[in-house]
Amino acid sequence: MYQYDEYDRRIILERAQQFRGQVSRRLAGEITEDEFKPLRLQNGLYRQLHAYMLRVAIPYGLLSSRQVRKLAYIARTYDKGYGHLTTRQNIQYNWPRLVDVPSILDELASVEMHAVQTSGNCVRNITADHFAGIARDELEDPRPYCEILRQWSTFHPEFAFLPRKFKIAVTGAPGEDRAAVRFHDIGLRIVENAAGERGFEVLVGGGLGRTPLIGEVIREFLPKRLLLSYIESILRVYNLHGRRDNKFKARIKILVTALGIEEFRRRVEEDWEASRTPELELPDHEIARVAAFFAPPPYEDLPPDDRALGLTLGRDRELGHWLRNNIVAHKVPGYSAVVISVKKPAIPPGDVSDTQLDAIADIADRYSFGQVVVTHTQNLVLPDVKTSELPRLHAELCALDLGDANAGKLTDIITCPGLDYCDLANARSIPIGLEIAERFDRIDYLNDVGDVSIKISGCINACGHHHVGNIGILGIDKRGVEFYQLMLGGSPGNDASIGKILGRALAQDEIVDAVEKVLGRYLAIRESPDERFIDAVRRVGFAPFQEAVYGSAGSSDAGGD
Amino acid sequence: MQIIRDRAIVDDDYVHVPDGVEPTPGQRPIVTLARLGKETEALLARFPVLGVRVPSDKLPSEIPALDRLALIAIELPRFTDGRGYSVARMLRDRHGFRGELRAVGNVLRDQLRYLERCGFNAFELTPGKPLESALEAFGEFSVTYQAAADDQRPLYRRR
Repeated sequence: MYQYDEYDRRIILERAQQFRGQVSRRLAGEITEDEFKPLRLQNGLYRQLHAYMLRVAIPYGLLSSRQVRKLAYIARTYDKGYGHLTTRQNIQYNWPRLVDVPSILDELASVEMHAVQTSGNCVRNITADHFAGIARDELEDPRPYCEILRQWSTFHPEFAFLPRKFKIAVTGAPGEDRAAVRFHDIGLRIVENAAGERGFEVLVGGGLGRTPLIGEVIREFLPKRLLLSYIESILRVYNLHGRRDNKFKARIKILVTALGIEEFRRRVEEDWEASRTPELELPDHEIARVAAFFAPPPYEDLPPDDRALGLTLGRDRELGHWLRNNIVAHKVPGYSAVVISVKKPAIPPGDVSDTQLDAIADIADRYSFGQVVVTHTQNLVLPDVKTSELPRLHAELCALDLGDANAGKLTDIITCPGLDYCDLANARSIPIGLEIAERFDRIDYLNDVGDVSIKISGCINACGHHHVGNIGILGIDKRGVEFYQLMLGGSPGNDASIGKILGRALAQDEIVDAVEKVLGRYLAIRESPDERFIDAVRRVGFAPFQEAVYGSAGSSDAGGD
Repeated sequence: MQIIRDRAIVDDDYVHVPDGVEPTPGQRPIVTLARLGKETEALLARFPVLGVRVPSDKLPSEIPALDRLALIAIELPRFTDGRGYSVARMLRDRHGFRGELRAVGNVLRDQLRYLERCGFNAFELTPGKPLESALEAFGEFSVTYQAAADDQRPLYRRR
């Protein structure tokens, strides 16, 4: 993984020092809360319902075991013993004290971590495919470009006060988009042109929130060396022309929609022609310098399959489920990627304790070259485990209560913090997630239903990404009472689609029943066990599901396909 | 009034002249963009050292005779409004403006370095904010990653 040099180290140390000064000026009353707010936000510090929340950046989700131990230490020392994995591959702490934040930043800096630009109206953490570097369907590892973009965006002087936040995601796998690039302000797909050269397909204007939109292609092929100059031009057009009068209309997607992709592209290209300088071109040696940090670990030569594993499989049913659901094929023979599910009944999705983090760090050292990846589905991945060691690893994970076999299944739920923590929320989302997790906590049922994603947001800001859940749940407020809208048909990947509302909003004691009815109807109508939930919804439309939930297809007031 | 210019505290030798008020001979007036548009040549003839005050929603292409102006003051109506940063870079990099580029309006210490990196060299801080301690903002970082108006070479060209 990337290692800081003297320059990177100095920037992060100086940042920690700068923020210490800003906090002390705030505490001394030299700056007002209004003036402090954008400063603390650019450093990941939010004020939530009960306390401050600090969001720590995990660039493209990648962590070393040393960093994981530091995150555990911070959870133990400055928080209530846990951290919360986010949908943007970061971790956040919900209970730090303002006076402690500068010390937390010093701790983070000691392991080459920071909280820079994890909130605020600036370029946020760059995210990537969580199987980057190991996926069989990958054309090229996207992480070197994420790191190049991280450095470019860190304290970029021109783009620190954008109309609104700005999110960039990169994938190098043409076949399956695990980074949801079509739902980012800028999405980058590594592609090959007719001449066999590698570059980027550039998408712009995707996003969730109040106005979910699928990103549009602004440039089909961008040579690698022009990456930064082109992105600067997109940002500049947005910075100059994006709306600033209404924060709900301020994202780049609104500008792209208002101008139309043709006119937006024309403005970007015009700026690009006027602004690109030879100095801004990415030299091959810089790409090579950064890429060298992501060279494969020293894999052993191993046979592609493992007979011993097959034998264990036959005896141990739980292990069998886990191998089937939580293991992902690796591009190197004899190795596998392992999804550690942190989703369990009674635990808010994404929460991990300090002891779990410490244990995961040890496991990563022993099984996976000391690396761990945070996924945007709020789980963890051990990217490089010997397939023959999977049974032993599973036993260790089970002992830590981390051996659940539900990755990608019904109970692998994504939720935002909801009304329990967030002052924007209209409704609680975690309790709904927990109720679903409890209701369907039967492995045979999970396997029968197969791959289906449930995503829950507590308000229309959509932090739980409900629009792209195969099943999406949105909390709303009806005269002071929490209600939930049920949406079907969303997908974040290459087959990107935005879910639609099935029918009238449901009360808190109806929503989980409704999910069960939808799943029951799916099981009844699917053509075969191979037809996934999302495919069945696309094939039959909403009527059968409306009938299952509301009694008759015509009784809905909003839905339709 | 005192301002920060080229990282030093100096007395302001310009005067903001609102529309409807006549600048007096010998002054270094900063006039509104609207007035400059109407009286470009007359103003330039009378005032060899002339400045203009530009609202945050204007682009460099909307500033007349910018190569003959001594000063361009860009308004930051709220410090969270970042348009002026792009305008400044365009003025410096694309239009070759070499006069004084001054940030006016809601200008606070913690923006100074970003503003300077985008090409501003003068700052009228929001009234009531101490200038002396604001100077410290310029020294907070010793390294930068990006190319900007202060250095056209990104760090990867210097590493």
